Amino acid sequence: MATPLKAPVPRAPGGPPPPRRLPLPPLLGGLGAALLVSLVCAVGLGSAGVTWGETLRFLRAGLTGGTIAPDEVSAYTIVWELRFPRALLAAVVGAGLSAIGVAVQAMVRNALADPFVLGISSGAAVGANAVLLFGALGSLGVWALSSAAFASALAAMLLVYLAARTPQGLTPLRLVLTGSAMYYGFSAVTTLMVFSADRGEAARSAMMWLLGSLGGATWASVPIAAAAVLTGLGYLLWSARGLNALAMGDETAAALGVDPGRLRRRLFVVAAAVTGAVVAVSGAIGFVGLMVPHITRMLVGADHRRVLAVAPLLGAVLLVWVDIVSRLLLAPVELPVGVITAIIGVPCFVLLMRRRGYSFGGS
Amino acid sequence: MRVDIEGLSVEVAGARLVEDIALRAESGHFVGLVGPNGSGKSTLLRCVYRALRPAAGTVRLDGDDLHGLTAREGARRLAALPQESASEFDFTVAEIVAMGRLPHQGAAARASARDGEVCAAALEQVGAAHLADRAFPTLSGGEKQRVLIARALAQQPKVLVLDEPTNHLDIAQQLEVLSLVRGAGLTVLAALHDLNLAATHCDALYVIAGGRIVASGPPDAVLTAGLLAEVFGVRAHRVPHPESGATRLLFDRLPTP
Repeated sequence: MATPLKAPVPRAPGGPPPPRRLPLPPLLGGLGAALLVSLVCAVGLGSAGVTWGETLRFLRAGLTGGTIAPDEVSAYTIVWELRFPRALLAAVVGAGLSAIGVAVQAMVRNALADPFVLGISSGAAVGANAVLLFGALGSLGVWALSSAAFASALAAMLLVYLAARTPQGLTPLRLVLTGSAMYYGFSAVTTLMVFSADRGEAARSAMMWLLGSLGGATWASVPIAAAAVLTGLGYLLWSARGLNALAMGDETAAALGVDPGRLRRRLFVVAAAVTGAVVAVSGAIGFVGLMVPHITRMLVGADHRRVLAVAPLLGAVLLVWVDIVSRLLLAPVELPVGVITAIIGVPCFVLLMRRRGYSFGGS
Repeated sequence: MRVDIEGLSVEVAGARLVEDIALRAESGHFVGLVGPNGSGKSTLLRCVYRALRPAAGTVRLDGDDLHGLTAREGARRLAALPQESASEFDFTVAEIVAMGRLPHQGAAARASARDGEVCAAALEQVGAAHLADRAFPTLSGGEKQRVLIARALAQQPKVLVLDEPTNHLDIAQQLEVLSLVRGAGLTVLAALHDLNLAATHCDALYVIAGGRIVASGPPDAVLTAGLLAEVFGVRAHRVPHPESGATRLLFDRLPTP
């Protein structure tokens, strides 16, 4: 027979210390300044030797409409027509992918979600490759690629939406599963197109597009992408409290006066439109939209009002530098941006995660 | 604030899960909803806190049709603790409680000083002020539940809906959570599994089975051995508490025929 045992009852130990959060105003100020410095660096650095003094002078000339000497035209063109729009586009794309990554992760409550999990980017790839490989939409000229990418992104969105929809609305898991399935479907179509096209150079540019590149940046591509990203970001900031509620669960959101079905539908459309606009000008740049949201939460916590203020700036700075490295590392050969985002981002991410005891998805 | 539910039916994916429910909770009363698993308790409550729309019937708060109000207006009058375990994101306790102010805030507005006071008072009221800076996922089950009650109180509602608020809590925390809720002075509608807890804390009980209300009234009158055998399939003994004399229930399996 078991002997009754009585030991003194210990008191429950206290919990872990509260998480450290960086104060917002200095962080935003610092990131804003870092972005400006990064943009200037991106314009100044490159394989064609343009001195810093010239770079700044050309930038000032371009911004204020000043004049330059005739023998400086080629250097000016490199700075003002190639490097500067490219740097701006990197910032816009980095900001957009990061903000949409935040929104999609909250929308489907899944730590592995990113702007591409909805199948939008691989849908865009189908359209882009139709142009790159078969010269589709040739009548649109320089706009053919981005128009085709954007149009097929929206078509992919519609397809995913219709396939994922249930009488109860868009449920998180179904959305992720449908998007992922479509991702493989669209990718198969793209691969098929690459293999059936017999032009080697076209296949290479298709590959470049799939891994993401900012090499196609022109003054024409920046404003449209910037407008889409800023509009989307504005909507997300306006919905930040609703995103907090949605992150807690659909029932909690409903009890807090937020209609989860309607919010998720709107977020889906915004995410798809912004992703489509960004992918149309830069291809499918991976990793930024997945990791920047997590890195931001490690720094400032999960409140979406803070996350959505910080993540776009962080993503912008990151992508500007990633693009600099991708241009310089093996110059004059340009590396796909996605390669560098992973090389820089993975160690950063692992280090931060181990240092700060981050526990997205429960401990 | 009085809650009147009349003729309420709820359908999910074409299946009618609750049918023709009539229920009344008087202002300031604690009304319990008991029934076996799958009887429709959660479905009924989801409809009350607006996660589901009724297929027929109404939920009235002091006469106003709840589903005719805007979502925000409804959330200012009625708060809820759903059953979902929500700890995926690293929100702090203070951030969770601040969400309770959502139906009172404009989308772009900053949190006001008043919002801060209400949240601090809500945390104080549930005895969780010292947890404010902790990460919610690191709390114990009882602490989490207290924080979620504080979030509901920060909504400054008149009605509180709870879906099995004592699930997974140890016995002391179960008693503490229910006395906290009782002490808040709100009209409460709660689904409860523990019939003894329901009997001691509720002013009135509604028994739901197969999506319909099968009995209602004061706990003592409702929880008869006959009803417990019929609805829950158990043999119940009613015994007086040795100190208070209040009725307590002891359960055994029904003898198999």
